[in-house]
Formats: sequence, C-alpha cells, structure tokens
Amino acid sequence: MSLSIGPVRLSSRFLLGTAGYPSPETLRQAIQASGAQVLTLGLKRTLGTGSPDNGFVQIIRRTAEAQGARLLPNTAGCRTAQEAVQLALMARELLETDWIKLEVVGDEQLLAPDPFELLSAARELSALGFTVLPYCTDDLVLGQRLLEAGCAALMPWGAPIGSGQGLLNPFALRALRARFPQATLIVDAGLGAPSQAAQAMELGFDGVLLNSAVAQAADPVRMATAFAAAIEAGRQGFEAGLIAPQDLAIPSTPVWDRAA
Amino acid sequence: MKVIVLTDQGPLPLDAPATLQQALCALLQGRDPEQVASAVNGRFVPRGQRAAYVLRDGDCVQVFSPITGG
Repeated sequence: MSLSIGPVRLSSRFLLGTAGYPSPETLRQAIQASGAQVLTLGLKRTLGTGSPDNGFVQIIRRTAEAQGARLLPNTAGCRTAQEAVQLALMARELLETDWIKLEVVGDEQLLAPDPFELLSAARELSALGFTVLPYCTDDLVLGQRLLEAGCAALMPWGAPIGSGQGLLNPFALRALRARFPQATLIVDAGLGAPSQAAQAMELGFDGVLLNSAVAQAADPVRMATAFAAAIEAGRQGFEAGLIAPQDLAIPSTPVWDRAA
Repeated sequence: MKVIVLTDQGPLPLDAPATLQQALCALLQGRDPEQVASAVNGRFVPRGQRAAYVLRDGDCVQVFSPITGG
C-alpha cells in the first residue's frame, strides 16, 4: 500500500509527530515501530545558546535517515499568514525540505485552524514552491479552496489537537472523500485510539497523522505498533469494500431453503 | 557609535555599522550559525544575506531552531 503526496509515493500511511515523548530513545523506538515515512517537527524561537531540545532533534534526524523517512516541519504557533510564511521559509532553510505542514490557529482554546489566514498562507507558499499540507477544519468549501490554491493534500482535524476524541464529524469527512476523490486526504489531530485511526481509513482517507495518542501512551512504542496495524487494517477494509449498513437483519445462514 | 538591537536575550549593543551576521555571532556564543534560522523584525533573512544585512537601531533579531513537533 502506498500514500501519494504530490509526485512522492510513500509505503506507509502513518505520519507521526515527534513531540512529548518521555525520552529520545523512546521516540526512536516509536518511530521504528510506526514504520512512518513522514515525521513532523516544529521550529522554536531560541535564545541562541544551549541545546533547545535535549537531543530529540538529533534522534529524529538519524532515525528518519535510517528509516527513509521525510521530515515535515510545521508552523505551529503561528496566528497569521505572514507568520506562517516566514516560519516556513526558515524551516526550508534549516531542514532542507519544501514540505510544510501549514498550521495557522485562530482559536486558542480549541486550537482551531483559522481558515482565512490558512488559505492566504497556502496560496503564498504554493507560489513559492512549497509542498503545502494544511492542517484544516473539515469544511468542504475550505477544502476546495485549499486544493485550488495548490495544496498537495488536505489534513482535516478529527477533533481538537491532543483531545483524543476521535472523529467528531464522520459525515463531514465522508463528504470530503466523496467530493474530492482524487485528492490526498489525511486525518490530522484528535485521535486517541487505534480504532479511531482504522475508522478514518475505512472512510477512505489516505493517511493518518497523530502525535499525542502515541507519545502520551503508557507504552508509546507498543501504541505506535498498534496504530500502524490499525491504519493498515482500516485501509485494507476500505479497499476490500465495506458492506452497506442495513436497518434490518439479513440472515447469513441460508436456513430458509433447508429441508422441511 | 553603537547600534542597539532587540533580542530574546534583551537589548544587544553592537558597534556600528553592524550586520546580522555579527549579531548572530554575538548571540550564539560559539554555536554554529548554520544550525539556526534568523529573522529581523519578523522577516526571514536567508543565510547568504546575513553578512550584508545591516541592522538599524531598534531592529528585532530572532533566532529559530528545530524542535520536536506534531
């Protein structure tokens, strides 16, 4: 199975965040267990001296290289399109990648994406040659506009970041899949359990990006393994063709033609 | 004559004329400037332009590094 982002084909549909792990070694093992080929990073204003990350970034770089994974810097913390564009330019220089997970937050409590600033930034970054992966709401029209702006994928939230609530609006996600059958769709944020990732994949989504559900698990490595299996299972289920739900029972054993 | 720029460490006095490259060397204290990205007044300044970027009094110099992220 493969995930397409622009011209790039990835063998894993699991995109993994790297924040909040108890130790660099646990992060390394979780990345390996996930099989992820895309790892997200952030950028932080630093005071210049000292190491701002206690060795985590070095582990991410080494593990990514060993695993053939791409780095996907984000624009977390940005509130305006201008901030996001400037941070993306810095990420491109530091990490030598045109890929950017575009985040522009408009609400502090829910960390909800600001659709207007997001779209503005997406247009500008696409024009600058970035491969833009926007963290967005599940709004259909916003999705249309982001694709028209040149985004390589849509990454709607399942639920607010870190909330672990799963897919709060499967109807909207199904609508995105139905209306944009050729687009790469990735659920980003809000998942807490492997079953929720499987549900996203059964809806026909192309991938899942998550962080907290693995990083904050009692056993992050085992949870990464569980999510990897769930994502693959969900995709297999989608490709196999799920039966349509029915209101009434339909007997599976053909007892009606048994001998009287 | 001095030019004073604003940083996350507080005001930084530099001999005028001062470039962004000089400011970064003062801020990083031996750390490799290639390992950080820089901005002046919120605008990204590429590595190749740091040596020619002359700072003005009151400019805000920011340094960015990669961190873990989701």
